[in-house]
Amino acid sequence: MTEPVLSVCDLQIEFALRRGTLRAIDGVSFDIAKGEVLGVVGESGAGKSVTGLAVIGLIDPPGRIAGGEIYLSGLRIDHLPPEDLRRIRGKRIGMIFQDPLTSLNPLYRIGDQIVETIRTHTSLSEQAARKRAIDLLAEVGIPAPDKRIDGYPHEFSGGMRQRVVIALAICVEPELIIADEPTTALDVSVQAQIISLIKRLGRDHGTAVMLVTHDMGVIAETSDRVAVMYSGRIVEIGPVQDVIQNPLHPYAKGLMGAIPTLAGEDKRLVQIPGSMPRLSAIPQGCSFNPRCAFAFDRCRIERPEPIRHGTQAVACHLYDAGVEDSAA
Amino acid sequence: MSDTVVPHKASSSAPRAGMTSAPWLARLGASDVFYSFRRSRLTMAAAAVTLLFFLIAIFAPLLAVQNPFDPAQLQLMNSRIAPLWTADGQSPFLLGTDEQGRDVFSAILYGLRISLTVGLLGVLFSGTLGIVLGLIAGYFGGAVDSLIMRIADVQLTFPAILIALLINGVVKSVFGNRLDAMSMLAVLVVAIGLSFWVQYARTVRGSVMVEKNKDYVAAAQLIGLPAPVIMLRHVLPNTMGPVLVIATINLALAVITEATLSFLGSGMPDTMPSLGTLIRIGNNYLFAGEWWIVAFPGIALAALILSINLLGDWLRDALNPKLR
Amino acid sequence: MLAFTLHRAIQAIGVMIAVGIIAFSMFRFAGDPVNQIVSLDTPPAERAAVRQSLGLDDPVIVQFARYVGNAAQFKFGVSYQFRQPVTALLMERMPATLELATCATMLAMVFGILMGVYSALRRDTLLAKAFQAISLIGISLPTFLIGILLIYLFAVVLGWLPSFGRGEVVRIGWWTTGLLTVSGLKALIMPSVTLGLFQMTLIMRLVRAEMLEVLRTDYIRFARARGLTTRAIHFGHALKNTLVPVITVAGLQFGSVIAFAIITETVFQWPGMGLLFVQAVQNVDIPIMAAYLLFVSLIFVTINFVVDILYTVVDPRLRSTISGAA
Repeated sequence: MTEPVLSVCDLQIEFALRRGTLRAIDGVSFDIAKGEVLGVVGESGAGKSVTGLAVIGLIDPPGRIAGGEIYLSGLRIDHLPPEDLRRIRGKRIGMIFQDPLTSLNPLYRIGDQIVETIRTHTSLSEQAARKRAIDLLAEVGIPAPDKRIDGYPHEFSGGMRQRVVIALAICVEPELIIADEPTTALDVSVQAQIISLIKRLGRDHGTAVMLVTHDMGVIAETSDRVAVMYSGRIVEIGPVQDVIQNPLHPYAKGLMGAIPTLAGEDKRLVQIPGSMPRLSAIPQGCSFNPRCAFAFDRCRIERPEPIRHGTQAVACHLYDAGVEDSAA
Repeated sequence: MSDTVVPHKASSSAPRAGMTSAPWLARLGASDVFYSFRRSRLTMAAAAVTLLFFLIAIFAPLLAVQNPFDPAQLQLMNSRIAPLWTADGQSPFLLGTDEQGRDVFSAILYGLRISLTVGLLGVLFSGTLGIVLGLIAGYFGGAVDSLIMRIADVQLTFPAILIALLINGVVKSVFGNRLDAMSMLAVLVVAIGLSFWVQYARTVRGSVMVEKNKDYVAAAQLIGLPAPVIMLRHVLPNTMGPVLVIATINLALAVITEATLSFLGSGMPDTMPSLGTLIRIGNNYLFAGEWWIVAFPGIALAALILSINLLGDWLRDALNPKLR
Repeated sequence: MLAFTLHRAIQAIGVMIAVGIIAFSMFRFAGDPVNQIVSLDTPPAERAAVRQSLGLDDPVIVQFARYVGNAAQFKFGVSYQFRQPVTALLMERMPATLELATCATMLAMVFGILMGVYSALRRDTLLAKAFQAISLIGISLPTFLIGILLIYLFAVVLGWLPSFGRGEVVRIGWWTTGLLTVSGLKALIMPSVTLGLFQMTLIMRLVRAEMLEVLRTDYIRFARARGLTTRAIHFGHALKNTLVPVITVAGLQFGSVIAFAIITETVFQWPGMGLLFVQAVQNVDIPIMAAYLLFVSLIFVTINFVVDILYTVVDPRLRSTISGAA
């Protein structure tokens, strides 16, 4: 197997606040291969977006990367000087944010924003960049791109604006795209189009995609693998079909149970009791233990580390070889 | 650094406050505000200076060596004496005297009294006027609302000092140029009050518009409470946070406006000088080298306004975390 | 767009009518105009004749109409103290005030924007903190104190600059300018700084706050995610978005600058309209007060109107919502 496009090892992110330091991400590791879509799923506050921002180097103070390593195609990028990191952003890593309505500068024509990005990272001339911008807009499905290129953001609908944002993210052919809740702010009917667009672009260009969302449906639709996050940790990671059909971690089980299916109408949706702990009050041991129906003494004392289990990896004491027989 | 007493009092009262109590009070009590207060030495210094000025103003007669408003106590032979520490200084005139033999130090103490009185009364007047108009506009809406807010819009385009000057001029033309000092003080309060009501009215109106659609107001209406009671007991407390900020900042503005009017010769007369009047008088002696007649009232005025402004700034930031 | 312009024009005219009523009421009811013209021992019959000739016996509405009609032709009556037409007095002093206000505004804009941008981008540097301190002092020091301080320093102690007046002026048509002579320029320095300081403070604070706000927006974050250079983000994206509201405020402030010139002109004995107005207030010269009020209002209303229109030109979002609504 070739080197992964993105490799995150034991990432730690802290926020130094007045009342003490909060650990938002605590030991997150994952890889994304060329052309692969990794879905990152979890409740809001689980640390999905922060992880994405850390990869692209946009964690703002008081947050900081407190430990771990991030590699982009073998190059360590978490300790790069700001100027080097800037050259990578937009060129080798593209980013798509949640809200297309606010992601574009309202005072600039969309064409100018695309051309500006292209010319920042390449030596293309103004005309060539403009031509490329029109091609890009066509590729992301904007009708009459040669006319729309001179429009201002407010002249586009939400879905169209998100297409523009995607065009901006891929305009210099990055190796990796980080999409942070790219469809959350959009109408349901538009969501599917945007999802298939991201999927198609990833496939056509061989781009690795890190897709951050709280919507399991979106993940099931697009991703090759999925990482389930809870309280700043990955509790389960594996191929998307395996995780959906056979979730291992009790939290993942609950999450999968919460997806409505078209087939089984009479199956009641499962709800996980309680809510995720605040970062300032993460319980000792496994952070899921207060909500977990299977929790036992060890869960309240010792934090589980990820264990390989078939195609999946899971951070749960239930799957620790010694306990497995008795618990399962 | 020692703990201030106030925060604990406020924060302990906050949880007990019921539904109708103001959320700003709870927020004020929340440690954020007093955290920022204790953290900022500048704010604490400003608070101390402001307090000092108020105390000086209140106890002026005890501290002054003469009553500068009493012509019988002024002696021309004592005129234009330099401050005590200079070669020409004479006891007991710490900061020197002006051309009428008035002790500059005593004049500042009494002038501070006038300035703060006008400022506080002006704020009280403009605040009351603005709050009442804002409540009426917000609560009743419709034509009353548009009328009040139109007037506010128009007035807001004109600087307060211009309006105050105009009111001043009109009053003078109605009563003639023979107003005594106390009436002049009243005129100043009215002029300042009428110049600064708009901000209160707008803020209160905005809050009322939000609050009046909430369930508790509907509930109060259902049990038949009359409109004034609902407004004063339920709606008003919710607007007090922003109003307090405006009042603090406006106190500084009111003091500036009074001083400016007096400086321009349309404020307190020479017989009962405020800080602004003292500066106007002193300005005439600047070229003669008698700098102390203008310098010390000027420093006092600047320090007073600066410390009130600092307090206002801090209060605004503390009550409005979004701006931080 | 046309409907919007029209709407705003009607609003502006409404404001002018309101101010006209105030000016007229001042003129008519604050003190008896007849008393200002006749002397104390004038017999009642003669007073009545003067009253008649001034049209003060006509219905109030007729008098108001006449006042407005005259005002529209820039006839504001005769000054009580100078016994000269008010319009001539105002026109004679207008160039001084406008030159002063323009200089002050330009100073305020240039330094305010520079200092504001700097203190937003380099928030924690010593210089940025110094700017913040200066801005607080600029807001806290009353204008006249700043003027006195400058006079003491540069006129009394150092003797570099004149302490009062406009210096030598050159007459161009009816306009007089101090910009063409050395003494005129020297005389302009201190008043402009005094008058502009408050505005500069205001603009600096606004630019800083606005820029910090803009730097927090999603599109700036997205611009960073696109790897744009810091320079492009700060001086392209952030500054442009910051300047839209700043220009509006600075434009609107021009009217205030003219009104604030009252104080500066008094301190420096600058022969402008503000000084004339202060003297009018002291001497209860109602025609001048009323005319000044109308004149300043006209400037305010015009500026408001122009800024409103300009704003829509700068901000494409407004342009389309307005044309959409029209």
